[in-house]
Amino acid sequence: MSERSESCEKGEKWKETRRLVSHLSLVSSVSHKQTRWTMLTDTERRELEDAVKHYPEKRGAAIDALLTVQRHRGWISDESLLDIAQFLEITAEDLDSIATFYNLVFRKPVGRHVAFVCDSISCWIKGCEQVQEQIKNLYDVDLGQTTSDGRLTVLPIACLGHCERAPAMMIDQDVYGEVAPEKMENIMEKYK
Amino acid sequence: MERPLTKYLHPDGSPRFLREYVATGGYRSLQRFGTELAPKDVQRLVGESGLRGRGGGGFPTGTKWSFVPMGPDAPKPKYIVANGDEMEPGTFKDRVLMEGDPHGLVEGMIMAGYALDAEVGYIFLRGEYHLSAQRLNQAIAEAYAEGYLGKPLPGTTFRFDLHLHSSAGRYICGEETALINALEGKRAVPRAKPPFPQTVGLWGQPTIVQNVETLYNIPQIINHGTDWYRRLSRTKDGGTKIYGISGRVTNPGWWELPLGTTARELLERHGGGMADGVRFRGLLPGGISTSFMIEEHLDLPLDFSSFPPDVGRLGTGTMIILDDQTCPVGFVLNLEKFFARESCGWCTPCREGLPWVAKLLMAFEEGRATSDDLSLLEMHTKWLAPGHTFCGLAPGAMAPLQSALKYFREDFERHIAIGGCPWSKKSAQQRVLV
Ligand SMILES: Cc1cc2nc3c(=O)[nH]c(=O)nc-3n(C[C@H](O)[C@H](O)[C@H](O)COP(=O)(O)O)c2cc1C
Ligand code: SF4
Ligand code: FES
Repeated sequence: MSERSESCEKGEKWKETRRLVSHLSLVSSVSHKQTRWTMLTDTERRELEDAVKHYPEKRGAAIDALLTVQRHRGWISDESLLDIAQFLEITAEDLDSIATFYNLVFRKPVGRHVAFVCDSISCWIKGCEQVQEQIKNLYDVDLGQTTSDGRLTVLPIACLGHCERAPAMMIDQDVYGEVAPEKMENIMEKYK
Repeated sequence: MERPLTKYLHPDGSPRFLREYVATGGYRSLQRFGTELAPKDVQRLVGESGLRGRGGGGFPTGTKWSFVPMGPDAPKPKYIVANGDEMEPGTFKDRVLMEGDPHGLVEGMIMAGYALDAEVGYIFLRGEYHLSAQRLNQAIAEAYAEGYLGKPLPGTTFRFDLHLHSSAGRYICGEETALINALEGKRAVPRAKPPFPQTVGLWGQPTIVQNVETLYNIPQIINHGTDWYRRLSRTKDGGTKIYGISGRVTNPGWWELPLGTTARELLERHGGGMADGVRFRGLLPGGISTSFMIEEHLDLPLDFSSFPPDVGRLGTGTMIILDDQTCPVGFVLNLEKFFARESCGWCTPCREGLPWVAKLLMAFEEGRATSDDLSLLEMHTKWLAPGHTFCGLAPGAMAPLQSALKYFREDFERHIAIGGCPWSKKSAQQRVLV
């Protein structure tokens, strides 16, 4: 498929989803109690029910819910967004306004692993630009991109709170300090 | 020298859980609640201790607590929120405490809750602090199992429940009213003040938002008394401070020291002085929303009440060093790019002004700047001054810029004169070597 037709198709799909979204939000605001559209897995549902217990209102768990579903599915697709909105009894638009605000919620697919490279001041002083460059040289990705084999997405991140060991980066949930460019390959061994 | 907050931390960074925490006196003072210490006694002790908020503003904690409605007619529930967002670049002190001694935060929150008759607490933790989350979760589970949480404290009718909320990024979440919106499951834009959270906060209820390090100080005050606590400090603000250093020094790190320690002591005695081959030019004393200090300020006590107004404020107490091999304009550009990216976009001066500032600084680095651009930068420091924006993010962003224009003006001018950055090649090489 050429790039162009793929993006057209995505456009169509998006429009379709938008229709569904507006339709759903209408439904959910009128009679969400009766409708049962949600496709959450049993595990996801259980985890979301646990999350909701921590707040006096269901929507308090919106961010927990997004992060929980993302943990299972890798990212938050339009379908996932609908599933969660339905569960929280809020509109999908409302939830999307939250999902798109927080940078650790991914509204686009990411690779199997995500490298967050700190670009704040202490790391900049100690050479975070060289770290970014090394990643580009080794894996042929720029910030914001995913490798063609789907292994790795690279994203910039604000100060990781490890400034005394700058430059710092986080891969998935593991933080690395004093990341000299020549150590990069070694570090990445763990993330296939 | 006493280091009450950190003396028991394991040097290898492994956590202290319940047994160890209790063995070193943890949770013991809770037994005095109900008999010896009424809520108003705890409030009074915190007020008399001279404790000032460690989140960057240095607001007196006792004063903040005095705005919370008390008594039988006060709204219920009231909330205590620990601000563990810690995204101020250069700042890593709260992480050290939460990773090493998670129960200290739990106990501090129980005590604050008791003092203010607030029965529910949330720890608002930045999403990237996975290790802290894991350890705090374990500590909370242990505290529930032991009955410190979820059951009335012995001899009282006060019962405290505590929840951990892991956030999902964005620096603005640290601003206390934005944080409250984030906790309610909304976009983290700040709220108008007044009303202040102390009366109308989380879900409309009275809410105290307190920095993590501030809360760690409360058990110390209650356990050892206010005289002891005040004596920890060298100045009139009570207690110790977790100071830190990052940048090109011999030994970057953190140290718990008496409040009022000077930047020179910190830099020379603890940080081991500047790294080989570089010289000191300036420092930001506590995160990037503070003003530059230069050589002549190094002997000022680092606390909340000794800074002359033209030097600015201590901020978070974790300082970032500017050395002579690093371009001050590039340094400030990095800061302003951060602020422009992290602006929540709610109010126009900040949303539009910060990207403008970043573009202007970029022009200096790329050799396109003129002296008009220098005046434009000056003007922004006024347009984005306190009172012109909805919250403190934009004025915070202007503090390092304004002071850089004052102390490093000839460096800005040199960029204009030579049509580029005097550091560019040299600094690139330097950075590969470090
Ligand atoms: C943009 C912005 C970001 C902030 N980030 C934090 C933060 O990460 N942690 C924190 O404790 N306070 C932060 N603050 C300050 C809080 O609004 C609040 O004053 C503080 O949590 C109060 O706690 P304290 O009195 O114990 O210092 C921030 C303020 C602003 C304006
Ligand atoms: S000053 Fe900036 S961060 Fe604060 S409310 Fe305005 S746009 Fe948002
Ligand atoms: S500046 Fe990179 S970890 Fe703090």
